[in-house]
Amino acid sequence: METRAEKITESLGLGNSQHYNITHDPDDIWDDSRVIINIGPTHPAMHGALRMVAKLNGETIEKSYCMFGYTHRAKEKLGENRTYHQFVVYTDRLNYCSALNNNVTYAMAVERLMGIQVPDRTVWLRMICCELARVIDHFICLGINAVDLGAFSFFLYGFHQREEAYTLIEKLCGARLTTSYTRIGGMMHDAPEGWEKEVKAWVARTRKVIQEMDELLTTNKIWRQRTVGVAVFDKEDCMKYSFSGPNARAAGIDHDLRRDQPNMFYKDVEFDVPIAKNGDVFDRYLVRIEEVKQSLNIIAQCCDKMKKGPIWTEDKRVRIPDKDVVHNTMEGLIHHFKFFMTGFDVPEGEAYTVNEGANGEVGFYIVSKGAPRAHRMRIRGPSVWHFQGLTPMVEGEKIGDMVAALGSINIIAGELDR
Amino acid sequence: MIGNEDIRTPVPTIYGGMREQFADLWKKQVAELKAKFGGTIEAVKMPGVDLVEVPVIYVKKDQVIEVLKFMKDQEGFRYEFLADLTAVDEESDPRFEVVYNLYAVFTSHSRIRVKCKVREGEEVPTLVNVWPGANWAEREVWDMFGIRFTGHPDLRRILMDERWVGHPLRKDYPLRGYQLFPTPEPIDPKLLD
Repeated sequence: METRAEKITESLGLGNSQHYNITHDPDDIWDDSRVIINIGPTHPAMHGALRMVAKLNGETIEKSYCMFGYTHRAKEKLGENRTYHQFVVYTDRLNYCSALNNNVTYAMAVERLMGIQVPDRTVWLRMICCELARVIDHFICLGINAVDLGAFSFFLYGFHQREEAYTLIEKLCGARLTTSYTRIGGMMHDAPEGWEKEVKAWVARTRKVIQEMDELLTTNKIWRQRTVGVAVFDKEDCMKYSFSGPNARAAGIDHDLRRDQPNMFYKDVEFDVPIAKNGDVFDRYLVRIEEVKQSLNIIAQCCDKMKKGPIWTEDKRVRIPDKDVVHNTMEGLIHHFKFFMTGFDVPEGEAYTVNEGANGEVGFYIVSKGAPRAHRMRIRGPSVWHFQGLTPMVEGEKIGDMVAALGSINIIAGELDR
Repeated sequence: MIGNEDIRTPVPTIYGGMREQFADLWKKQVAELKAKFGGTIEAVKMPGVDLVEVPVIYVKKDQVIEVLKFMKDQEGFRYEFLADLTAVDEESDPRFEVVYNLYAVFTSHSRIRVKCKVREGEEVPTLVNVWPGANWAEREVWDMFGIRFTGHPDLRRILMDERWVGHPLRKDYPLRGYQLFPTPEPIDPKLLD
């Protein structure tokens, strides 16, 4: 009769192999005392369904490897089997902390293939969406990272503002988390009357809160001792592992897609790109704090520059017919039916469209063969590349610092597994 | 902006289009690559002429690493950022295309794409020695398309379970080809040696 412990050992694949434990090296004082631990897939320290297996020498990680794919939903396969319009909802579930950003990037990718240009108001609205998403994403990253290291109240400061931002998003599209706000060639709805004013009021409040958060933690002795010099990933390592976004900027890579390869109207707004130089957990935290401030500036500028106007392109291929036309004319009904059942053809071609997401470079590589469904829908999520860097990042660190490192690079399982 | 414009139409303002900005640079780079590698470059697709948004350089698969390394280190190129590595099932005679998206992150901020055509069962040399970050991307290509990479240190499945049969992103793999496993994927202590 097999005991429960034996069963578990066997299911973990540790049945007969005890060799990891023994080196037979007389100088190795840790001989016979190394342990393999398994963290995740469902573990409070893991952000989402991630798994890490580490060989510990005392408390130090000697070697580790990561596993993921537990929330794999075959998005790239679905992209080849759904029409371009139907795929919008799947983009929400990529990086679910900043769903709006994925919506916008996806819409831009398809519009770029079709040569459609959306009206100015839509572009400004999309920029506000992107920046709102970035603020929300950074709040959750900063907050959760602090919670993991024992600073709970810091998290609540950010969480309150985050909820208010979600309320603003709810006014836009009716959903808080899975927004699906963009359409190819336009938006689901225009922003309601007076929405810009509410956003600006929120920006003013959030500026105070982020200042408070900054003062609360940046000079905090415990926080500094826990984060400075921990999980260092320098410039060269970042380039080796294709780090992008705030994680790369924390290591001194002076690069931001919004500034260096500007899409939308990022040329017309003023903002700074914060850079740190050490690439440790503390620098990643600092860069994110500063980026929230810059994003708030961008939102305020966008609200001022946004003018009233149409939000849909005039292009009949992608424009969803108005409801009164659908209900009152036969042509409109046929158009509506064809649009939603067959979808629109995207001309042959391929394009890799990127946008600066909250975590880094979000990219959609779409290959079209002229059909209403993509031939290949590749999604480049920054989390994949960041998670890959976790193993070299935590080698030689303490197991407790692994939690800090994981929180600071902000791995989102939805984007990782796709 | 009404009508049948497609990717050939430059829409540079809001989509991060770079055609006017980088046209000369790209022409120079393509000419330099052709002069340096000659027959290795099978074909080049240029934006404005073909249906692409950046130059696409088709390289013979055995030399693809030399070309990528050259493009990474050479002055005037400096494509130091491996933005993406993936594959496409083209359903034609060389069945697959392995796609490398590169980005000149410190210098010109231009993008370029390198592709190599692979038949079913053929192997591509690994990029891990140039960019260690290509490790997982190549594992994903193996997992999803069944293209093997020569010299890859750890070519296991990545998104799918180790016990999975077939390669899901191939066009002949069914949409609902579910496979269920009663136990989690076991730990492999050998990976920790």
